Amino acid sequence: MNLLRSFKSLFLLELLGGMRVTGRYLFKKKFTVQYPEERAPMSPRFRGHHALRRYANGEERCIACKLCEVICPAMAITIELAERDDGTRRTTRYDIDMTKCIYCGFCEEACPVDAIVETRVYEYVGEERGDLLMSKEKLLAMGDKHEQQIAADRAADAPYR
Amino acid sequence: MVNIEINGIPVQAADGSMLIEAADQAGIAIPRFCYHKKLSIAANCRMCLVEVEKMGKPMPACATPVNEGMKVFTKSPKAISAQRAVMEFLLINHPLDCPICDQGGECDLQEMALGYGNGTSQYGEAKRVVADQPIGPLIATEMTRCIHCTRCVRFGQEIAGVMELGATGRGEHMRIGTYVAKSVSSELSGNVIDLCPVGALTSRPYRYSARPWELDSHDSVSPHDCLGANIQVQSRRGELQRVLPRDNEALNECWLSDRDRFAYLGLAASDRLSAPRIKRDGEWQTVDWDTALTFAAEGIKAAGNSVGALAGYSSTTEEYYLLQKLVRGLGSNNIDFRLRQLDFSDQARLPAMPGLSLPVVEIESIDAALLIGANVRKEQPLLGLRLRKAALNGAAIHSVAAVDYAANLPMGQRIVTAPEAMVASLVAVAKALLVEGGSAPEGFAALAEKVEVSIEAEMIAASLKGAEKGIVWVGAMAAGSPDAAALRSLAALIADLSGCQLQLPGEGGNSAGAALAGCLPHRAAAGSEVDAAGLDWRAMLGAGLKALVLMNCEPELDCADSRTARTGLEQAGFVVALSGYASQAMVERCDVLLPMAMSYETSGTLVNAQGNWQGFGAAIAAPGDARPAWKLLRVLGNLLDLDGFEQFSSEEIRDELKALTGATGTIANQLRWQPVAPSVRVEGLSGIAEFAIHGVDPVVRRAAALQASIDGQGASVVRVHSTTAAARGFNDGQKVMLRTGEWSCAPMPLVVDDTVPAGCVLLRKGTEATQGCSSGFGPVELIPA
Repeated sequence: MNLLRSFKSLFLLELLGGMRVTGRYLFKKKFTVQYPEERAPMSPRFRGHHALRRYANGEERCIACKLCEVICPAMAITIELAERDDGTRRTTRYDIDMTKCIYCGFCEEACPVDAIVETRVYEYVGEERGDLLMSKEKLLAMGDKHEQQIAADRAADAPYR
Repeated sequence: MVNIEINGIPVQAADGSMLIEAADQAGIAIPRFCYHKKLSIAANCRMCLVEVEKMGKPMPACATPVNEGMKVFTKSPKAISAQRAVMEFLLINHPLDCPICDQGGECDLQEMALGYGNGTSQYGEAKRVVADQPIGPLIATEMTRCIHCTRCVRFGQEIAGVMELGATGRGEHMRIGTYVAKSVSSELSGNVIDLCPVGALTSRPYRYSARPWELDSHDSVSPHDCLGANIQVQSRRGELQRVLPRDNEALNECWLSDRDRFAYLGLAASDRLSAPRIKRDGEWQTVDWDTALTFAAEGIKAAGNSVGALAGYSSTTEEYYLLQKLVRGLGSNNIDFRLRQLDFSDQARLPAMPGLSLPVVEIESIDAALLIGANVRKEQPLLGLRLRKAALNGAAIHSVAAVDYAANLPMGQRIVTAPEAMVASLVAVAKALLVEGGSAPEGFAALAEKVEVSIEAEMIAASLKGAEKGIVWVGAMAAGSPDAAALRSLAALIADLSGCQLQLPGEGGNSAGAALAGCLPHRAAAGSEVDAAGLDWRAMLGAGLKALVLMNCEPELDCADSRTARTGLEQAGFVVALSGYASQAMVERCDVLLPMAMSYETSGTLVNAQGNWQGFGAAIAAPGDARPAWKLLRVLGNLLDLDGFEQFSSEEIRDELKALTGATGTIANQLRWQPVAPSVRVEGLSGIAEFAIHGVDPVVRRAAALQASIDGQGASVVRVHSTTAAARGFNDGQKVMLRTGEWSCAPMPLVVDDTVPAGCVLLRKGTEATQGCSSGFGPVELIPA
């Protein structure tokens, strides 16, 4: 046994083994992407920044059923509601605290009207803590901005839901 | 008892009981919608179908009586498939709008659908849609969701005694609604919200405000009538959301009156006081507690013993106790809570504690009752239910009153007279009783001389005399009348002569507690006599005291004589108000406003009509800087260097009082006949006044939904009989001013109402519209506005 070990040590066999792996990857196709110029591919199920959607006629989808609020394991969602002048049930406040959110996607699953969704947006920062507290206006604006992508993603995922 | 077997478990059930009752007793769950323990059996939802051995078809458990040796299977394949099939039928027409339905989360149908519903529907045809009719400010309707269990209809017929909701049409076309398009006016209408197993009938004030799963529930007691209904106060993030009944078979069963249910809306009124304020050189300043309390204490101290205190009706016993301690510590006996009364001449002889002489449940088993100036149905709606049960069991309920109150029960004799003639009517009943035996007490003969015994009086006398268990009930109108002492004395005589029990239910939610705490000018804590009686509220306001403390009351609205209250407050020197609200009158006339925590915001004890001390904790925090009144009184006591203000909790105060009253915490004694003077005849129009049912305390008064209800709206009018209106040339709806002496109310619509005796004018006190009048009794004039 001692002889074998001496042999391996003398001829740096382990080192060569390691170098072999390095060498193999040196000539393989690279998968590093040059972020932010390049982007990795994303699943339509990607769970990024939240958004509140609207119907095509501009009416907000959310009906304040509060299911997302109750399912949220991080208790990041806060909803207050009231009867709107036209008698419909609407939120008067819809806050998501992004510092609490764990991006589990339960809110999206719980939503009976596909109002709260998680978009592909993951690049967002807040310079102050308050910047990451998303209000209803911010979330609706997010939805308006990305509606096309959101709709396409829901359509792509529809057969599996 | 019969022995049956449910799912292989031997169960004993009472003879004649239904399977579902036996199962409920054994803790075996059977799904149901239409069955309710307090309602008759309808067996129309079919959800409770179970398999019974040797019976071909599944049987409805709610309508199948138990039989010896019966073997029942609630979970067998046959039972389950029957239940699933019923559920499928129910879901055919039920909309899938759970996410926007307020019942979501506490919906029986939702829950059962989870257990028995299919994931998909086989039904592809059009669903039934029912157009909604608004039925008032308390109940929101969404009749498309109705599953026709008819619980609400049965509640109206069987419990509340009003046929307001009903089913029209059959099968697919059946719909629940008001028979004639109108809103629901029952004082108990809110109970259909609890009864509705789906979201067809929901609470309108609570509409779209919270979900049941996010509510914190706190046990509490309702302070608006002398029953002390047990309630659950539900809050979300420290904000009160709604009030629900809490089962207590001895008091409110599973019901709640609308006033108890919706009064909480008044807590969030816009004039709620949230920071202490003082008036310095005629200017209001918002200050910190130290400044405000020192200012108040200095003002009170400067008055010496020329000090008095008025307390409203819905405070806790602890608050009453500390308030009287404060006033008595200052060397005065001027303290009173009986703001709705006008006649105090018999106060020394009255029982030390108002209340019922029999437990609430026993009201159901009486044989006869004489209601004197009592509208039990509106004054204590849940005691009215007990009375109604008694009447349905055959009890004869008679009434002597100045208004022909709309009863929800089969009434016996009704004597409707002008208020000043009520004494004579009672004398007639007593005289009729004396004919059958017994000797006339001293001083009665003079009264009885001129009184003719009417047929009605004879029949009432015979009915009371013949009753095994009869009661004589002195209601709010009698207690609040200028002849109250005479009416009470005659009631005591009638009770004595007929062998009935005299009932003196107190006004408000805690008059028993207030009396026990000694919040009276002539009695200190636990009913002990004082050396020299102080002034009652009316005398106090007329005396121009140097300092006046108001607790939880708005004198111009809470007092039976709004005019005296108003002028009295102007005459009083230094006025300190412990109040939940800064009403206009308070801002004008007070010197210090100390914000206090109202009901549900403070801990305390309420003593109800049957003498139960019901304690509760605070359910929510009071807004802003408001503090419980007992804490404010304690600090005031310290600042005034008085002894006995060292309590650290409301429990300590309660225990201190309880040590005085003894373990039972009640004082039993009886009112006896005393000679009374005949009442004064009124020439011209005679005024009748009573407190509006939604005008009884500052909180209820501010509950917008209650004020918008039929009872609330009907309070701001003057009512006269059609013949009187015609004789004086008034039309229904015409604006009139009610004039008493030299004072008159603001113009109000006149309503022609034949329940008011001819020659009388009925006014409901305790509302904004009717303030400004004097007591409302005695000669009044109507002037076209």
